Amino acid sequence: MQTIDWVQWLAFGILTLITVGGALAVVIDRNIFHSALWLLVSLFGVAGLFVLLNAPFLAAVQVLVYMGAIVILIIFAVMLTRRLMGITESVNSQWWIGALVSIVAFLVIALVLAQAGSGSAPLLARDPIATLSNRTVADFGAALVDPAQYALPFELASLLLTGAMIGAIVIAREDA
Amino acid sequence: MAEFLTNQGISATLATFIATFLGVVAVASFGLGWFSVLGLWLERKFAARVQDRMGPNRVGPAGLLQVVPDLIKMITKEDITPQGADKVVYNIAPLMAVGAVILIWAVMPFSKQLIGADLNVGAIYFVSVASLGTLAILLAGWASNNKYALLGALRAVAALVSYEVPMILSILVPVMLAGTMSMQGLVEQQHIWYIFVVPISAFIFFTSNLAETGRSPFDLIEAESELVAGYNVEYTGMKFGMFQAAEFVHAFTACALMAVLFIGGWRGPGSDQANLGGTILGFAYFFGKTMVIYLIMMLIRNTVPRVRIDQMMAFNWKFLVPLSLINLLMVAFIQKLIVPQYDSVLTTISGGGVEGGLYDAIGANFVAELPRAVILLAANLLVLGVLGRVIQMFIQAERRRVGEIASTPNPLHPPQRIEVAVGD
Amino acid sequence: MVPQTAYLIIAAILFCVGLYGALARRNAVSILMAVELMLNAVNLNLVTFWRFNTPNNDSTNGLKIGMAGQAFAAFVFVIAAAETAVGLALIIAMYRARQTVVAESADSLRG
Repeated sequence: MQTIDWVQWLAFGILTLITVGGALAVVIDRNIFHSALWLLVSLFGVAGLFVLLNAPFLAAVQVLVYMGAIVILIIFAVMLTRRLMGITESVNSQWWIGALVSIVAFLVIALVLAQAGSGSAPLLARDPIATLSNRTVADFGAALVDPAQYALPFELASLLLTGAMIGAIVIAREDA
Repeated sequence: MAEFLTNQGISATLATFIATFLGVVAVASFGLGWFSVLGLWLERKFAARVQDRMGPNRVGPAGLLQVVPDLIKMITKEDITPQGADKVVYNIAPLMAVGAVILIWAVMPFSKQLIGADLNVGAIYFVSVASLGTLAILLAGWASNNKYALLGALRAVAALVSYEVPMILSILVPVMLAGTMSMQGLVEQQHIWYIFVVPISAFIFFTSNLAETGRSPFDLIEAESELVAGYNVEYTGMKFGMFQAAEFVHAFTACALMAVLFIGGWRGPGSDQANLGGTILGFAYFFGKTMVIYLIMMLIRNTVPRVRIDQMMAFNWKFLVPLSLINLLMVAFIQKLIVPQYDSVLTTISGGGVEGGLYDAIGANFVAELPRAVILLAANLLVLGVLGRVIQMFIQAERRRVGEIASTPNPLHPPQRIEVAVGD
Repeated sequence: MVPQTAYLIIAAILFCVGLYGALARRNAVSILMAVELMLNAVNLNLVTFWRFNTPNNDSTNGLKIGMAGQAFAAFVFVIAAAETAVGLALIIAMYRARQTVVAESADSLRG
């Protein structure tokens, strides 16, 4: 499928650039408001990658929940906790240890992936499963309420959200 | 269109790309382009007539080309960037606002064959994209380096994010009834228009869209007389024009969505055929229904007074959200009990003579959907009745409370007895 | 087709960038943003494995695993939202008490 290949690779390349570039800018930018905006860009890239992976429902939910709610919450917190417009140090005194640890972690993961992807019986598949793209949102919804599948985590998740909502309100409330 | 190009010898991928690109151009130009001429004129004439004046009548026949001098005015104004504003964010915010609105038009079904992209998650897609417009307001308020803009933006974003909740809950009801989230599927499954089946959901969706697009009575988001026009106070020229255009087109988009979800989109007599006539008829029905809803929106805008922000939030969290939850539960319950049997009705009518003819005229699917529709309508009306009674009790309690306050004598200012001298 | 290893490498990069951000940044909100990046990397991993490795046959030990990846990713969304809400509430409470959001300054329990 030569004609489809380059389109997929092009889309993948652009989305990778957006995602990784945005992520790097989040942790490097000194202005915290700008890094919140770069987080927005990076999350949008991840949503695009979800679409490439045949999970459009998750992509829409990613945009709705992460970009439309969580990033807005982060921006609110940034606005409510600013005192000085001056530039303070944005990294702490052990930043080089952090950089070392993350680079080592990445190398370890990359080595494991390279080993698992090669050899005679690779653990990682090269081509995606062809018939999996028929899985629809209806199947996903059925899986969430099927008692044999994920109904219990679903209910627990709703309890978690209720608890988090109440907890956040109680913690952030002004003691009046 | 893609097949046409492929037959010409262009490769399949390139043909699809060109067809999609042309479709995008057509959709964007429809959404932003020639609706602005018609809709803006209609809006201003309507508001003018309600206010007992003439409205624009100088430019073009009966003022139809009013949008042209408006555009020229917007473009020729001086483009000021306030000192200390965050330049990149300041310039991106109006683009994001307009982009978020136009992205919704990608999933709008104009007719049976005309749709930008028939995503199978279209219903959630347009809600997600609308939340990008909310972000644009936040960015605009922040980047203006102006505390009033920031306050206005924070207030607006709080209201917009709150009203997304009943909007999503009320969208879930047609999705449940139709069994699919794709917009084209939602229209095709509406053998009976959903506004007659679940009027409560239609009301909730309409109201939350009024709040989301910032139309009256919820237009404190960009009210000209409050908070110095809110988040776009520092914007001039074309950037301000883009915010205005975004808000205006968003209103039209919300009307189109209401038409698609609840009034049957492009459905109507004769629009099911696959030829050119069916396409044009479908498009005409879609546009006509959108215009009817837009008329209702304009009517509400010109008659209902503005609400305060705390009234707006109380209305959302204490009225709309519980109502939409109750509605969702009720529809889910009834939907599980009664599922329309299309096949059995088709076999029934295919045997008969006169009945077959009658059912063919109305549509066999219409008859198959009827029991569920009637029961849902009855349940909705029951909820509305209960709601009316509850509201009545609230009003009576409030009246009693106000009456007590009014009739309690104030110890500092006892009522004076006024002596009226009767003439002898 | 884009191979599975490519997606997994991208997720690994995201995770390590988030790890660096969580370890090296001073502002507590920045740390939270880096944690969001890590959670997104996890989500990407889950969906990649769902797309490439989920077998199509339905029951294994009576449990249908056809939708496991997507379901887990959805639960990660839920947990991320809950964690962000509570975390930001804590940051705001700390800001009110101490007038600062630098994470190093919350050291009154230090020995």
